[in-house]
Formats: sequence, C-alpha cells, structure tokens
Amino acid sequence: MEWQAVIGLEIHAQLATRSKIFSGAATAYGAAPNTQACAVDLGLPGVLPVLNGEAVRMAVKFGLAIDAQITPRSVFARKNYFYPDLPKGYQISQYELPIVAHGSMEIELEDGTTKTIGIVRAHLEEDAGKSLHEDFHGLTGIDLNRAGTPLIEIVSGPEMHSAKEAVAYMKKIHALVRYLDICDGNMQEGSFRCDANVSVRPLGQEKLGTRAEIKNLNSFRFIERAINHEIARQIELIEGGGKVVQETRLYDAERDETRSMRSKEEAFDYRYFPDPDLLPVELDDKYIEWVRKSLPELPVAKRQRFIDQYGLTSRDATILTASRELADYFERVAKAPGSDAKLAANWVSGELLGALNREARELDQSPVTATMLGGLIARIVDNTISGKIAKEVFAAMWDGEGDCDAIINARGLKQITDSGSIEALIDGILAKNPQQLADYRAGKDKLFGFFVGQVMKASKGQANPAQLNDLLKKKLDS
Amino acid sequence: MTLEHTDVERIAHLARLQISGDEIPAYQNSLSAILALVGELKLADVGQVLPMAHPLDVAQRLRPDVVSEADQRDRFLAIAPHSEAGLYLVPKVIE
Amino acid sequence: MTNYHTATVAELSHALHSKKVSSVELTRHFLDRIAAHDRRLNSFITVTTEQALAAAAEADRRIAAGQAGPLTGIPLAQKDIFCTEGVRTSCASRMLDNFIAPYDATTVQRLNAAGMVMLGKTNMDEFAMGSSNETSYYGPVRNPWDLDRVPGGSSGGSAAAVAARLAPIATGTDTGGSIRQPAALCGLTGLKPTYGLVSRYGMIAFASSLDQAGPIAQSAEDAALLLQALAGFDPRDSTSLDRHLPDYRAALDNSDNTSPLVGVRIGVPQEYFGDGLSKGVHDAIAAAIAAYRKLGAETVDITLPNTRYAVPAYYVVAPAECSSNLSRFDGVRFGHRCQDAVDLMDLYKRSRGEGFGAEVKRRIMVGTYVLSAGYYDAYYLQAQKVRRLISDDFRRVFDGQQVDVILGPTAPTTAFRLNDKTSDPLAMYLSDIYTIAVNLAGLPALSMPVRPVEGLPVGLQLIGNYFSEAQLLNVAHQYQRVTTWHRQIPQAYAK
Repeated sequence: MEWQAVIGLEIHAQLATRSKIFSGAATAYGAAPNTQACAVDLGLPGVLPVLNGEAVRMAVKFGLAIDAQITPRSVFARKNYFYPDLPKGYQISQYELPIVAHGSMEIELEDGTTKTIGIVRAHLEEDAGKSLHEDFHGLTGIDLNRAGTPLIEIVSGPEMHSAKEAVAYMKKIHALVRYLDICDGNMQEGSFRCDANVSVRPLGQEKLGTRAEIKNLNSFRFIERAINHEIARQIELIEGGGKVVQETRLYDAERDETRSMRSKEEAFDYRYFPDPDLLPVELDDKYIEWVRKSLPELPVAKRQRFIDQYGLTSRDATILTASRELADYFERVAKAPGSDAKLAANWVSGELLGALNREARELDQSPVTATMLGGLIARIVDNTISGKIAKEVFAAMWDGEGDCDAIINARGLKQITDSGSIEALIDGILAKNPQQLADYRAGKDKLFGFFVGQVMKASKGQANPAQLNDLLKKKLDS
Repeated sequence: MTLEHTDVERIAHLARLQISGDEIPAYQNSLSAILALVGELKLADVGQVLPMAHPLDVAQRLRPDVVSEADQRDRFLAIAPHSEAGLYLVPKVIE
Repeated sequence: MTNYHTATVAELSHALHSKKVSSVELTRHFLDRIAAHDRRLNSFITVTTEQALAAAAEADRRIAAGQAGPLTGIPLAQKDIFCTEGVRTSCASRMLDNFIAPYDATTVQRLNAAGMVMLGKTNMDEFAMGSSNETSYYGPVRNPWDLDRVPGGSSGGSAAAVAARLAPIATGTDTGGSIRQPAALCGLTGLKPTYGLVSRYGMIAFASSLDQAGPIAQSAEDAALLLQALAGFDPRDSTSLDRHLPDYRAALDNSDNTSPLVGVRIGVPQEYFGDGLSKGVHDAIAAAIAAYRKLGAETVDITLPNTRYAVPAYYVVAPAECSSNLSRFDGVRFGHRCQDAVDLMDLYKRSRGEGFGAEVKRRIMVGTYVLSAGYYDAYYLQAQKVRRLISDDFRRVFDGQQVDVILGPTAPTTAFRLNDKTSDPLAMYLSDIYTIAVNLAGLPALSMPVRPVEGLPVGLQLIGNYFSEAQLLNVAHQYQRVTTWHRQIPQAYAK
C-alpha cells in the first residue's frame, strides 16, 4: 500500500525582549542558575503577572508578516499541570482567543514549485524552566532562569507531507523571525525549537491517522531525521498489524530514534480557563498600524527588489534572501567601492556559501567579511586579477592571510597586462612548439586553445586572458 | 450529581493531593453535596448572555520592556526546602 | 489615660498629633492587651513585638519632625494573608507554617509608608476558605462577645482582635464576605472595596477575580482613614485601576444638618429578607431602615432576581480559581515538603496532602472537577454566564432605578456556636448568602453594627455602585453619628 505522511509543526520562538513576559527579570541566556528568576517567575505566594508590551508588539509583527488576523481582543488562559520546571503549577498561555490567527507561509519545494502552508494560530505564552539531570545524589536540579521568557507558539495546519517540506517550512519561519528581529533564532540555546505532529494514512484517504507528537527537535537536521524515522516507524507498525497510539515521543539524537516519553504517559487534562490575574488584551487599528509601520522589508519584497535593482536571476535572489544576514552581506558586497552586483551575487552564492558549508560555519563566523569580498570583486572588475586568480585570493583570505590587495602583492598575483611581456611569453612558447605551430598554420584551428593554455601556464595564470587572446591571434595569423 | 469512590481518587490525583482510603467516603459525600448545590446553576436562564470572567470591563495594561528585578537568588533559596548549587532539588525527573 | 483601646483611630490620631500620647506608649498598650487576652481569643498567629516597637519609635520621630500623616503611629493588625518581609506569612496553613515572606505586599508597603505600626499577623480561615475561622491550622478564633461562638471568617482574627480592642484597626480580605461577615458577627465596620481599588500584589490569592482587601474598623470614619492608605494604583497588579481617588474622610458629612441623607435612595431587596433570615436580625435591620428614613433617606423596594444563584455560582468560580492558584504550593520552592519522597508524584501528593487542611482540599477538588474535561461548560462556563446575570441585576438597580445604596442584612444570623457547622460545609457556605453576590459583581460593600440581639452584634450591609466608597462610607457615618452601637465593647475587654 502507498502511504501519505501528514505533518504539522508547533514552533516555539523565544521573543527577543529584554525582560520576561510577565515580570521585570532579565531574559539573557547563560546566567548562573536561578539568578534571573524573580519572585514572579518563582511563583511565590501573592505575586501577580503584568504583561510586557514588547512581547505583544513582537507577536503582532509576526502576525502581520504572515498575513494573519490580529485578534482585537485576545485572552490569556491557564494551562494547569504539575511539573517541577513549571513553578506556578500552570503555564500562562492563550487558548480560545490567541493573539494571531489564520496566517500562511509559502515554501519552495525541491521541484521548483511553491506550496502555501496554513498557519492556524500563533499565541503568546511563557516558557518553563529547565530540569538539570546531572546527578545531585539521585535528585534533579531545577533552574528557573528560563521560566517566564516570552514565547510565540506558531501552529501550522497538518499540511506537510514529507520531512523535507517540514524543514523547508521551518527554515522559512526561522528566516522570518530573524528578519523581523523578534527572535535570535539560536536553536542550540533553544530560542527556536519545534514539536512535530506526525501521522500516516493510506494515500487518497481523507481521514487523518492517529498522530504522535515528537518533542525536543532543536536542529533542522534532527527534524528531518526524526520525522523520517517516525514515518517509517508508523508505517512499519501498521503494516505489521499494529496500531499507532496517540502519545508524546522524544527524539534521541544520539541513537537517531524516537521513544515514548514516560513522564507524559498519562493523558493530561489541562483544565484551561481564562487567567483571572490578567485582563483581555485589546488591540485597535491604530495600534496595529503603528506596528505595521515598524515592519522591515520582508523576504518576498526583498527578493523582488534584488531582481529589479541588481538584475539578479530569480534563483540567486531566492538564495540571497534566505536570511536577513545573508541578504545584508550580499548588499554590502555589492555596494563596496568598485564592486559589481552580479559578480557579488555569484561570489556570495558560490564561493562564500560553499566555503561556509564545507566548514559548517554560520555567516557571522566567516573569516571573509563583506568588505573583504567586495574589495576582491573590485580587483576583478578593474582587471588587477582574473576570476581564476581571484579564487586563489579568496582561499588565502579565508585562511587569514589578510585582505585581497595584501595577498595579491605578497604572492605577486597581479595580472600581467603589459603587451610586451605577454608577447615575449608567446614568442617563447611558439619557439618551443614548432610542430604544433606548423599544424596550426596548416589549418588545425583547434590548437589555438593549446597555445593559450601553454602561455597562461608560463605566466603562472597571471596573463590578462583577453590580451593574451588578441596578441596570440595576431602572432599566429601573421 | 453523586461522585463515585473512583471519581474522588481521580480528582485527588489530578490535583496531586494524597487522600487516604478511609477519608474518601467523607469527601465523596461532601463533594457530591456541593456539586448538587452548584448544579442548580443549570436552572438559570442564561440565554445569549456572555460569560463574565472579570468584575470590571477593562483591558490589560502593557508594561514597558524594562529589566527591573535584581538577582535575589540567595534570599529566595533560603526559604526553599531543598537546594544545592543554586538549584532547587526534586526527586529524579524521568522524561 | 490608660484606656486608649476604647478610642477610635480618628481619636488616637488626634491624640498622637497633639502629643498627648506617643506611638510607643500606644503600641506597648496594645501589645500588653494582646499578651493579656489573646491566649483565650487566639486572634493572632504571630505577634511582632520588636518590629512594632521599632516602628513606633520611628513613627514618633516622624511625628516630632512634623512629617506625620493621619495614620502615622497608629497600631494595626495585619491579616496573615499579606506577605510581610522577614515575618512568617502562614495563611493559617500548615503549608506555610515555615514561610518567611521575602517581600512585602503592596498594601503592607503602603501602610508602612503611612507610618502605621504592625502589631502582628492575625488568625484566619486557612487560605481564607471558611466563614467561621475554624479551618485555621492554628486553631479557631473565639468571638469576644461570647467565647463559645465563632467570630466569623475568614478574617476572624482581625475582627476578634479589633472587637476586643487588642488592636484599634485591622486589615482583612474579602472573597465572598470575609471582611463583612466577621465584622457583622463581631460588631465592627468592615469594608470590601470595589474590585481593583486595592492592590492584590503580595496578598496570597484565594480566588483572583473576587479577592479584595479592606479595613476592619470601629467606625466608618476609621474605615475611611485606612481605605485612603490602602487604595491606589499598583503597577504590579494588572487588575489594579489607575484612577483619581477622593478624600474618603473629607467626604463624610459632619454638618449640623438633621436630615443629611435627603435625596439618597436606599434600595431594599426583597430577596435578602426571605427564608433563612433570623427574626432577630430581621427586626434589627428593620429598625435601622426606620432610622435611615429619619435621616432623610428614601427607601425603595427592589428585586435582585438572580440572588438564588449567587452561592452556586460562587462555589464554582471560587474553587476553580483556587484550585489553580494553590497549585504553586508543591513543596519545591517554599513551604511544607513531605519527608523522604520516593518520587516526584509522592513529593507532590504528600506535601500537598499534609500541608493543606480538609476544607482547602475539598475546594481544590471541587475546582479541579468543574474545570476538568467534559465538565467545564456545564459548570465553569455556566457559572460565568450566571455571574453576568447577577452583575446585571445590580446594574439595573443602580443605573436603571437610580438607587444609591442597597441595604440589607450582612449575615442571616448572629454569631453561631463553635463546631455548629463544621461537619456540614453547605450550612457553612449559606452563612455568606447575602455577601457573595457583591464579590461576583465586584461592587463595594460594607457591614456595620446595628441593634444587637441577645447581646450579640448584628451587621447591616450597605452595597454601593462601582467606586462609590465615599458615599457608602458617608451613609454609614450618618447612622453612626446618631447611634452608638459601633462604640460598644464586650464587657470583658472594655477596661
């Protein structure tokens, strides 16, 4: 039987506010345990939450960027359950009336087509603390620094059918929250993470199969692997006569498998109800317009501008607007003195991304800055070096040998543009290859390339290729 | 509305309350009586009335995003029943 | 002058400012009275002798420096539900028997800033859940008017302490009548302000959408003085309202007018005078109505048809909120933790099972049940709708019928005997039958003493429209200007 996977993602993005969503404690990552957990975060008796306006503004920004409805009157609710990283015994979240609803996100598929993924809702809530499982005499330690950090939970429809689609969607959301400057997107630190709801059904069947929720997905690679693994597990289970049970499964990256979470075995009854300590959040049109004015250029608009303004191909524009950082990098390269936009696009999407990929580095860890790369392109444009030599210079810059002019000088890579020198090299080669010269003159035109190669080699690649062509042609045809 | 023995056990578990077996009948009686009392609510003709979660019809105030709380960990840990290395300790959490 | 305790706060304030007495003298006087009488009454859980004397000395310095307000140097009893930094804040629960609050409630800060002197923390029903002060982990409080009777609850310690004049004034909190009912049963003036007028930050929550703190005092004038200090916007409480406040004491009419209430319309709801109201209370209230007519007020018969649903709606909303509010008591970060927990579930269940008393557990379970899957709509949602019906009843009367104040009994009977109702929670719940609707609607209301029955105080309740505390206090004040019931002190404590 042919199976279809159905995947929905719940993405949790920590909002980049300075203080917590309901208290004035700091949100910075990496502080000593419990030094950023104030009375409100600890849920001390008598404390009360007060909503951070910046968290609201960021959620609205996100809603506007995905063409969603901003709920004019949204309500915070309590999700009640006991867990040691949840100090109050309830999480303040939104349930029936989330701040953002009915948005969408377009993704590009591998075959070049696009698909629109529905975003059912995005709601504000508080993050929980962390359980540290190092052994404290058989006990678990609780650090509540993260408790109360603002999150938006972005819930997609069950509209994706492969791990690749899910990853493409998640990458788009990741890029968007960073474009919007509302989340640092750091997956290792848990600022951006997701749970995946996965089910399978016979192809053509409308009714959804029973889903399993996979938790703890904090890298794109893990998401793809975990989802593929889970799809295979469910198909194997059903084909073997078994049944998928609705449960929460934890992805174990080390073993590359998902396993049932013991702590979530019992069915939860969260007893949601409106939080009586908080009032409805009312947002009028004036507020929404105020936020809209603060929106930066979004990926779709930026992509079109790159095509119009720089004459980029649609493919290059897509690649270069994948993240705000990359787009900014490209624009800095393209606008460097003496640079060229098309060359900049080729170099950023080619050499630079290739080198970053090879070494699994992020853009901000690139040893070649936008200024350095712009300088290199300027030297190609002004004929100081050829494109081929430029690759050598780029490699040297990557290895930390300095900026491009220093490397060109130190290595003597400056292009030979002096006609006399090139002619001398040509004369030498023609003298060394009398047979080939005779053959050429007898009509074997193909040998022209042989002579170009020999002269170039003799010049250590530094001869200006155009000049070399002209001069060689003149000599051979004279 | 009469609660069964198992209902009381289920609610007590959900609320994380240790109730001993011989206490259950008393809770069964009193909880059933209370639920019978509040069951009178269904006689009320609520029509299209909107639920009222708050006494006052006021919107949530928004706080400026300012860090106003200093680290008071030591003061807070001092009242914790069991802590070590700046952490609150609990029996092992199994995921 | 050794009988400072027979004086009101307004009188003590005058004595302090005219340097007839120092705050330290006053404070010692009341501390001595607590030492002499409270073994029997059990109205205090904690007496803060040293802090009180230090605060009194500081108050005397402020008075000497001319930097004193009307409450500077006045001793005060704080209900043990308000967090007080460095002082045990128990909520009368074993759960918090060891809890030294690391911060001050906003109201505590405000009263400290006003220069008031906290004598100690008063006994109460555990987590404010009760109407007789018998659910306290620290034992019941006795009513100074008859030691075999309850003082009411949940602010029973505060009421008993003021009734016995162990403190000139006290704070209370009122979720379903917890200020007004003990005030009624102890012969005091107690005010529950409009929801949102007094900050809830640092007041340990029972039911967040109903809780409100207020004064338990000897007179409307004293209540006005304390309300002035308690009320005001607090950025730490999202439900606190930022609005201009009147001068409550200045709003009391002290003119020579013999008909000061001409033009005031007093609504008398028929539902508050039906079955269950004792004859004695009924007659005492009727006499007070007659007195109000003499003062010039007009009385109008009104109806609040959804009154019968107030107790059922309350016993859904309050337990639902409490079940969630009390989840934070889990033995991890503060409070009681069971010994030798074998696992997390054991830690939770035994810490909570041991830390909470039976009534608290009962209400947590009711709340858990009404919020749980499959029951939410029938109970919780229905109760929220009924809550609006109840609120609309009041709106119709205040806005539609132009009624200024609603008048009725505070409680159906005078103080009942200890243990009379402990085995029957429902009978206990019905003792709040006249006070609960006010909390559901968020309105202000006060109770004040009228003619006693068989030596026991009777409380008259006045309910006002939102933020009409000034008028409410004035209507009470006019009655107190022509009567002396509020100045009566149980004989054993008068000397």
